[in-house]
Amino acid sequence: MGAEGGKFVRAAFLPWLILGWVGFAVLPWYLVEDGFWAFQWLIDGYPLDSDYAPALVQAALGNVWLFPLLLPLLAPLFIIRKTKTDPDYARVLIISGGFGFAYLLAQGFIVGISGWEYTALENLFGPMNSRQYGMGYGALLTATGFLVLFTSGLAAAGSLRGDVFVTSAIGIVIALVATFVFLPVGKVLISAFISESGTYAFAAFGENFFTRKIWGLACITTTASCGVAWNSLFLALLTGVSTTLLGLAFALVATRTDFRWKKSLRTLTVLPIITPPFVIGLALILLFGRAGTITQFVSDLLGVEPGRWLYGLPGIWLAQTLSFTPIAFLVLIGVVEGVSPSMEEASQTLGASRWNTFKRVSLPLMRPGLANAFLIGFIESMADFGNPMVLGGNYEVLSTEIFFAIVGAQNDQGRAAVLAILLLCFTLSAFFAQRVWLGKKSYTTVAGKAESGAHAGMNPLLRNICLGVTLPWAAFTLAIYGMILFGGFVISWGRDHSLTLQHYSNAFSVDWAEHGLHWEGTAWDSFWTTITISAIAAPLTAALGLLTSFLLVRQKFRGKNLFEFGTMLSFAIPGTVIGVSYILAFNVPPFELTGTGVILVLCFVFRNMPVGVRGGIAAMTQLDKSLDEASLTLGANSLTTLRRVILPLLRPAIVAALVYSFVRAITSVSAVIFLVSADHNMATSYIIGLVENGQYGIAIAYSSVLIIVMLLAIFLVQRAVGERKLRRDNRLEATSAKSKSLKEKQA
Amino acid sequence: MSLHLRPGSVVFENITKKYGVVTAIDDVSFSIEPGHLVTLLGPSGCGKTTTLRMIAGLEHPTNGRVIIGGKDVTSLPATDRDVSMVFQSYALFPHMTVAENVGYGLSVSGLGKQETGERVEEGLELVGLAGYGQRLPSELSGGQQQRVAVARALVLEPEVLLLDEPLSNLDAKLRRKVREEIRDLQQKLGLTAVYVTHDQEEALAVSDRIIVMNRSVIAQEGTPRELYEKPASSFIADFIGDANLVEGEIVATHSPNEATVRIASLQCNLPDRGLAAGPVKIAIRPDCVLLEKASPELKGIKGNIIHATYLGNQIHYTIDSALGELFVVDYRIDRAITAGSDISMTFASRGMALLAS
Ligand SMILES: Nc1ncnc2c1ncn2[C@@H]1O[C@H](COP(=O)(O)OP(=O)(O)O)[C@@H](O)[C@H]1O
Ligand SMILES: [Mg+2]
Repeated sequence: MGAEGGKFVRAAFLPWLILGWVGFAVLPWYLVEDGFWAFQWLIDGYPLDSDYAPALVQAALGNVWLFPLLLPLLAPLFIIRKTKTDPDYARVLIISGGFGFAYLLAQGFIVGISGWEYTALENLFGPMNSRQYGMGYGALLTATGFLVLFTSGLAAAGSLRGDVFVTSAIGIVIALVATFVFLPVGKVLISAFISESGTYAFAAFGENFFTRKIWGLACITTTASCGVAWNSLFLALLTGVSTTLLGLAFALVATRTDFRWKKSLRTLTVLPIITPPFVIGLALILLFGRAGTITQFVSDLLGVEPGRWLYGLPGIWLAQTLSFTPIAFLVLIGVVEGVSPSMEEASQTLGASRWNTFKRVSLPLMRPGLANAFLIGFIESMADFGNPMVLGGNYEVLSTEIFFAIVGAQNDQGRAAVLAILLLCFTLSAFFAQRVWLGKKSYTTVAGKAESGAHAGMNPLLRNICLGVTLPWAAFTLAIYGMILFGGFVISWGRDHSLTLQHYSNAFSVDWAEHGLHWEGTAWDSFWTTITISAIAAPLTAALGLLTSFLLVRQKFRGKNLFEFGTMLSFAIPGTVIGVSYILAFNVPPFELTGTGVILVLCFVFRNMPVGVRGGIAAMTQLDKSLDEASLTLGANSLTTLRRVILPLLRPAIVAALVYSFVRAITSVSAVIFLVSADHNMATSYIIGLVENGQYGIAIAYSSVLIIVMLLAIFLVQRAVGERKLRRDNRLEATSAKSKSLKEKQA
Repeated sequence: MSLHLRPGSVVFENITKKYGVVTAIDDVSFSIEPGHLVTLLGPSGCGKTTTLRMIAGLEHPTNGRVIIGGKDVTSLPATDRDVSMVFQSYALFPHMTVAENVGYGLSVSGLGKQETGERVEEGLELVGLAGYGQRLPSELSGGQQQRVAVARALVLEPEVLLLDEPLSNLDAKLRRKVREEIRDLQQKLGLTAVYVTHDQEEALAVSDRIIVMNRSVIAQEGTPRELYEKPASSFIADFIGDANLVEGEIVATHSPNEATVRIASLQCNLPDRGLAAGPVKIAIRPDCVLLEKASPELKGIKGNIIHATYLGNQIHYTIDSALGELFVVDYRIDRAITAGSDISMTFASRGMALLAS
């Protein structure tokens, strides 16, 4: 089998060496001002103009410090005829790849816009006349090439059983996470130790950390408010529990009952995640605020004074539960579906009642899903910015405090950083608690031994509880969305309720002009930017997330816990901090990305990747490891195994990751506010602008359009990726359900 | 049959495998000849699966060398080894049809559609599942799934076929049938096969040779007959077939390799197995203890029947005697002795062995 499988082919690294050369000698080395993909540079003086020249030419033009990169690009040519068992093969690749990568990065950090970045170096070598800007696609390709040469060398030297794919995947994920999570976070954390005069000081940290504003407990004994730390923690616990329970109830109704509308229920639960966070808050105010529709109605009916109960903990909790229950549902549905029917049948045949089967078998098997759902709810709540912003009242939480520390009159980066560290501690504790709780038990339910059978029905009491909880909640959600949709068609909410189409035509009118279609509406610009950037970010996020979870679940390597920590870190950081940290880290060479669309894509990918990772982990721990091992012993390498065995079995997780990351990119606010630019404005920041101007009509109309677009996208992704086919009856059910929903549509 | 097998040998040279502080395999060496079916037998947790996985390349030894078909493959990963494995759980890919499962290894090695299809057909025919190609694994019975797993492993024409407790998921009746099928197939194709089980009867039935493992090391290795007739230790004697372990004494040794042994009041001649005169342990098979109703003229060892269990074609006795409690199987149904009776015992030397430890 060996030779045909290409296992003993010489110089398997050649494509990566070529990639390195293309980056070095062909593509523009530095960032192209007007955008690489415009290809304007091709006719504007490439390859000799110093703005567009590849590194080889740049070096000749005076940036001589680029010359040493030739060494690691030439060295591998000498081992091109050697096999990978030759010790020189590994040695040359490790040294040249490692040196090339390190040197490339180092020169980027050392030589900046105005020559030397460090005065020590200037003193040592004298002033420098040359300068360089942010790295571009040339540098990116060369760096990638070096990195893979390095990891190929490690694999040839025996790392990870010589698996080049796994070694390289780990290397690439580490490099990406280091650059786009650790570097920016590091920059923020450093500022926690900078005093107002700009020098490093630990006193600055202590001063910001030990204050009553953070740790005060006044609310227990008096009516004064507690510290923000306690507020955040309490809110997050409440939200974690409520979203997990509701999510579980929805998942059970959707999979274990014959409830007639359960398919529609699924769609309904997806609604809140496709809504920009402040929109829910807004709708709640319109319903329950002092002048809200329901508040007015109730106060007229009972003759009581309208209250302000919505502003504060109850309101935020309500809004967060509305917002995050669907995420818990998405996480749990895969798990609930994955619980093997034969295990439930086994329990029932052992004489257990349906309730006992659920309590003793199904529920424990769902533990990883429940833990993940809770964790996500907890962290989402901690990091949520939109709802506390709109509904907070006097109830202050960490995320808004951070925002005001930076944006407010104080502009106190040190204080913001301290609060961020605190937030990180909370979320990380949740993360570790979850690890301990799950322990090392096996939760494998999709084993290689195929099985058929039906899921156990639910105990009637439990079924009634689930329906009793989910139906009102679904109705409530519908009401909220009714408000949102309706709001776009009235002239002015609360004052003039006559119907109009004016908001929609302002935002989304199109015109047939002489040159064809003309996008006349004011919203089109930000709309198309949002769609494009989200559509680019979603598959990248899903791919990176699932690849990472594959490495975490299926591979053994040293430092794996640290690796997991790194990939999950960004999830624990609220968007406001990410936004600020990206600006701090990517405003200057070597990574000069602010103002581009790339920075938005990167921000989305690394913020949302943890959800892909967690979903992937939960789904993958349910796949019996002997499936991969069987594939390996049958001669497939790990890439093929991933592609042909694991991914097809992970389809629900893929759908979840794609949908989630696309939708999150569209709806996210907190990080985006810092990163948008005139050329790349996103829908949410545009809508917030409208809200600030009091243009509620257009704002709500725009939000409705976004919601519809996301619904459409979810539908398309689900159709494209399809359901996994493990049991024939499952598939039949899926197809008949599809034709049924089609019929419903036609009707 | 157009499978072109080149059965390979398997050699373990001083293999040690550690998981952290746990030593799963401790300095184990053995070699398996091409075309043989060798069983790894031993109680649960003794390291059988770990050994098998190191042959497959799914685990890598901490120390020592693995040699397959004359090539040192110690550092080769599973993907690059010419070895196929049938997993305990079968590990059939649930999203692929039977034909796709069987053809998987061929198609990832780059074989064309046409040829893959032909060889899949052959493979399925070989295991008696022709015509089942378009089904999903979930639509097959346990025995059929097991055969698909075997076919999937065989179409790759491996140098060595590995089977990890292949019968453990089947019901008892089916087990005997399937184990015979596996043995027939292995002999017909001249395969080298390594078979893991904890069931000694299964091991005796299918193997050319058996490697008995205990607590991370090899306890004894030999043909089924050697293990049964010449157990090297009380562990083996007890594990392979039942045995009564009794104390005795070698009175004298004389050539060729024979010893006169005294057990209580009896004396007999047994192969000496290299032992010198002195106290010794003796294993006595339950069916080689001969019982007679006690009477003054019989010179056997006296005892009393505590239990007598009738099992249709045999009777099981539990005897209390000067040698301790003994377990006896008697096929002479017509001469059943009731519980409580006094008896006199003698031993048939074909069912006795001196133990070195
Ligand atoms: N991946 C592992 N990590 C730690 N210990 C292991 C691992 N695999 C096996 N072991 C240990 O090695 C020993 C042998 O296991 P195994 O080969 O599976 O036994 P068997 O198949 O004979 O029942 C056991 O004590 C087991 O706990
Ligand atoms: Mg085992």
